[in-house]
Amino acid sequence: MAATTDSNVHGGVRAQGLGKRFGDFWALRGLDIDVAPGTVLGLLGHNGAGKTTALRMLTTLSRPTEGSATVAGFDVQRSGHDVRRNIGVAGQEATVDGLLTVHANLVMIGRLSRLSKAEARARAEELIVELDMGEFSTRLAKDCSGGMRRRLDLAASLVQRPAVLFLDEPTTGLDPLARNNLWATLKRLVAGGMTLVLTTQYLEEADRLADEIVLLDHGRVVAHGSPAELKARIGGQRFVVSFDTSEDADAARIPLAGIATTEVVIDPDDATRVIVPVAPHTSVVAVIATLDGTGLEPLDLQRRDSTLDDVFLTLTETPTAEVASS
Amino acid sequence: MSTLVSDSLVMARRNFEHVRRVPEKLLDVTLQPIMFTLLFAFVFGAVIAIPGGSYREYLIPGIIIQTLTFGMMGPGVSMVTDLSEGVVDRLRTLPMAKGAYLIGFIVAEVAATLLGATILTATGLAIGWRAHGDVSTVASGFGIMVLVALTFVTLGGYLGMIAKSSEGVQGIAFMTVFPLTFLASTFVPIGGLSPVLRHIAEWNPITWMAAALRTQFGNPVAPPDHPGLPMQHPVLFATVFCAVLLVVLVPLSIRRFTQRTTD
Repeated sequence: MAATTDSNVHGGVRAQGLGKRFGDFWALRGLDIDVAPGTVLGLLGHNGAGKTTALRMLTTLSRPTEGSATVAGFDVQRSGHDVRRNIGVAGQEATVDGLLTVHANLVMIGRLSRLSKAEARARAEELIVELDMGEFSTRLAKDCSGGMRRRLDLAASLVQRPAVLFLDEPTTGLDPLARNNLWATLKRLVAGGMTLVLTTQYLEEADRLADEIVLLDHGRVVAHGSPAELKARIGGQRFVVSFDTSEDADAARIPLAGIATTEVVIDPDDATRVIVPVAPHTSVVAVIATLDGTGLEPLDLQRRDSTLDDVFLTLTETPTAEVASS
Repeated sequence: MSTLVSDSLVMARRNFEHVRRVPEKLLDVTLQPIMFTLLFAFVFGAVIAIPGGSYREYLIPGIIIQTLTFGMMGPGVSMVTDLSEGVVDRLRTLPMAKGAYLIGFIVAEVAATLLGATILTATGLAIGWRAHGDVSTVASGFGIMVLVALTFVTLGGYLGMIAKSSEGVQGIAFMTVFPLTFLASTFVPIGGLSPVLRHIAEWNPITWMAAALRTQFGNPVAPPDHPGLPMQHPVLFATVFCAVLLVVLVPLSIRRFTQRTTD
């Protein structure tokens, strides 16, 4: 099976109108992406946003209900085998064989990726050095710590030197040190020309790694752009106004909306704080003035630049809904 | 074709490695049958008289069949684990040959079960059991062992595809196979059972399989008086039973596996 001759096709990842329905429920709909070779796409969203569904379709594990996609130049539906020859995939759970050693897992994956015995062994040893797994290479995968298993999982997905790497929440459950190490490894791989598509719930991760971010919410794309574009899109700055109680904070949302550029939200980490999106150069006095005569007294006031957290908060439903119900 | 063979062998080696790595799984096919053999041979053997031979000669084929049928448990647990832990998904993202997973699975699990049967045979030889008769008849007895192993590994694999957890597989397998192996000619001649139990035992496929092995190995069959059709032709009944089960289970398993791995 040859690559499709469509001139739009390239070695990265493209999807047009990709959608997946389970029964009456659309897990994902209308996903359009164009990931140039050697760049990083972050699929960002809460649990159930459709991130894993997108990844499963792009890696030939799941058939799209509608739309089309090409990966490394091959159509995911018509040329699944060719897609699989060019990708590496690490799922959310560490999906290596727990009853094989680290080394044996990598050799097995190598053999199943069409490497000869000698090549598979050499590649396993290379990856063990590259990902610094030397001290536990003879340990059974099930006896490895979470961080080690993640590394093994990543190594397994790199065995056939894939053109495109797919990682489903690669750093979930990792401690900050392990997370930083993994990020450094991924940056090195991308610098070497690999295309990376990763899903994440962590804004920091998307911000640090992704050239482009697709923000998903309940199976729909709610925003799409570079981290800088997304931050710019939802306004320049934020005031964080703190109150004594969460009731006061909630009540203050109405008057503060008078100067806000988009929706005023409660800080999901602290219900006594209100986050007010404002135009650049809005003065502190203007913020205080909206509370005049309301009897609400702010304890503290802080100005900061918008973060991806704000994009997330503003454009996805879940956090505000949670705050409203609590 | 050559990739299917080599990928299947890679998968088979992986499954076989599990038997080596999991002590309980290894014990299931080694120590446990030896223990059963010794217990039955020396406890039951002391009180049960077998017309036309010794109890040990009677016991070994029975206990081989019991081990082979219990052999469905291991494959069932492996299958449910692979499916639920995402191992199968991981393999599906590799450019491996289609079908290699299932073929490797069957090959390795049948080999593991037969390892158990071989250990049992050796134990039998050590305590005085012998196969009698010409080489081809005895060899066909071993052929029946392979057929039974294949049938029950396939059944276990299918169970692993429909069950939700390894506990589920173990529960179902234990609750069906355990009573079935006892309500049969596995350990005692069925002639001494009450009429109702005797009737059940006579139509229990495990009785046919045990009697088939005994026939081919030249060991005492100890059929009941006025045996029914199955006990007159145990080899035929046992073979047809396994063949029918396989004809039904193989397409059913492939369909179920495809369903489980397609969305």
